[in-house]
Amino acid sequence: MTAPPPSLLVEDLAYAYPDGHQALFGVDLRVERGERVALLGPNGAGKTTLVLHLNGILRAGRGRVAVAGLPVEKRSLQEIRRRVGVVFQDPDDQLFMPTVGEDVAFGPRNLGLPEPEVTARVAAALEQVHMSDAADRPPHHLSFGQRRRVAVATVLAMQPEIVVLDEPSSNLDPAGRRELAEVLAELPVTLLMVTHDLPYAAQLCPRSVILDGGTVVADGPTGELLTDADLLAAHRLELPYGFDPTPT
Amino acid sequence: MGAAHGGTLSARYLPGSTAVHRLEPHAKLVSVLTFAVVVVATPVHAPWAPAAYAGYLLAVLAVAAVAGVGPGRLLRGLVVEVPFVLFAVLLPFVAGGPQVEVLGLSLSRTGLAAGTGLLAKATLSILAATVLAATTEPRALLRGLERLRLPQVLVQILMFMIRYADVVGGELHRMRIARESRGFTGGGLRGLRVVGATAGALFVRSYERGERVHLAMLSRGYRGSMPTGPSVPVGTRSWAVALSLPLAAAAVLLAGILLG
Ligand SMILES: Nc1ncnc2c1ncn2[C@@H]1O[C@H](COP(=O)(O)OP(=O)(O)O)[C@@H](O)[C@H]1O
Ligand SMILES: [Mg+2]
Repeated sequence: MTAPPPSLLVEDLAYAYPDGHQALFGVDLRVERGERVALLGPNGAGKTTLVLHLNGILRAGRGRVAVAGLPVEKRSLQEIRRRVGVVFQDPDDQLFMPTVGEDVAFGPRNLGLPEPEVTARVAAALEQVHMSDAADRPPHHLSFGQRRRVAVATVLAMQPEIVVLDEPSSNLDPAGRRELAEVLAELPVTLLMVTHDLPYAAQLCPRSVILDGGTVVADGPTGELLTDADLLAAHRLELPYGFDPTPT
Repeated sequence: MGAAHGGTLSARYLPGSTAVHRLEPHAKLVSVLTFAVVVVATPVHAPWAPAAYAGYLLAVLAVAAVAGVGPGRLLRGLVVEVPFVLFAVLLPFVAGGPQVEVLGLSLSRTGLAAGTGLLAKATLSILAATVLAATTEPRALLRGLERLRLPQVLVQILMFMIRYADVVGGELHRMRIARESRGFTGGGLRGLRVVGATAGALFVRSYERGERVHLAMLSRGYRGSMPTGPSVPVGTRSWAVALSLPLAAAAVLLAGILLG
């Protein structure tokens, strides 16, 4: 009996930007199938840089990344991008098609799926983010929170192995924040959520990883990490005033 | 951000379900283009030219009436014509040839005919284009262009322009507010420098956005060509309906040539 390979395996990943700035110094991360993991860290920690390696936008300087056993390499890129659904921080970058429905269909059509299958996937993905009514609307007519949820639908339609969200709660008003949390909590997928919104991590992810200075400095149950005041302070992470992180 | 209101481009579209609205966008595009060709092909100096212009005008107004596009909207469409108007007004003064006296001014006769002709042709073509824009959503127009085999790159550029016009417009608007909130009033040489700096910043921001959009596209499997959905074939009847406008115009032109 062999266990399935982990959804995401990052080993000793190091990367320097072309201008010489080293952003990652040997990152190790293993996410099992069905896990929900928060990737925490202050601004400039290297979180977005790590995300861009997961679907091969940036190529590892050293080390390796594998998604469900498939290594990220030039010849596997197309399959890797199907397996890893990245939701970028600004939904205006993610939603570039004239209507919501066409935007959600963009990925499945790139996969060369037959049109009835594309239609079914678009409907299912919009349903999952509670945006079924918006299929024919142009993205710029939606509220920011709605656009963010549609951005999630655009990757769900690819039926990915793992969904990676970069700062999903940024710029959302409290209602938009709650609506997105409801959607994310229901998703039956492996999730890696990049954030410095600690309550969001506590609400949605049982496990957290702290990235700082381009390496993983802590990895454990979210409740434990968030009650370790010294650890948080050492990495410029702060709980909002009055928030009690002890698990209930 | 321009989220609540439709923005400049979609503002031209009047939702509706008239016969004109329901026509396929590329059939409408072909119709407007051929109409413009017929209008432009009308000889300016022919004695029957004014009658032909009147005939064309009648045809466009009939289509506008069917489409439910009111006179107000048509007039607003003509605003883009202002440069033509200026040019047409200048022509009689600068062109050579026999002169006529109008209100004590000595004007060139050929210039006058050319000026009126130019103005009439521009007006007619713009009226037709206004009806097209008022009855077709921008994205449907794009799909029309695509079906007419306009190169993919051009269609994609136009698509991104439509999608991001509001985003970039919103960015410009926020930059202006930020500028004015810090006491900037504009005017003078210093004002020009500040506006120049704004334009530069806007360019950089738009460029960076372009890069991020490209990344987002790659992440969803983009390989250089835009996947398109299914398209419905256009029936002969639709084509016949769509082409009735240029056909009517062609009939007027032919009548002028044969009878005039
Ligand atoms: N395109 C780039 N070129 C050079 N350095 C960059 C680039 N993008 C990010 N960096 C640098 O890499 C480090 C990590 O950035 P990033 O991954 O965006 O951090 P985070 O997402 O955790 O805030 C930062 O110091 C940042 O300044
Ligand atoms: Mg980041």
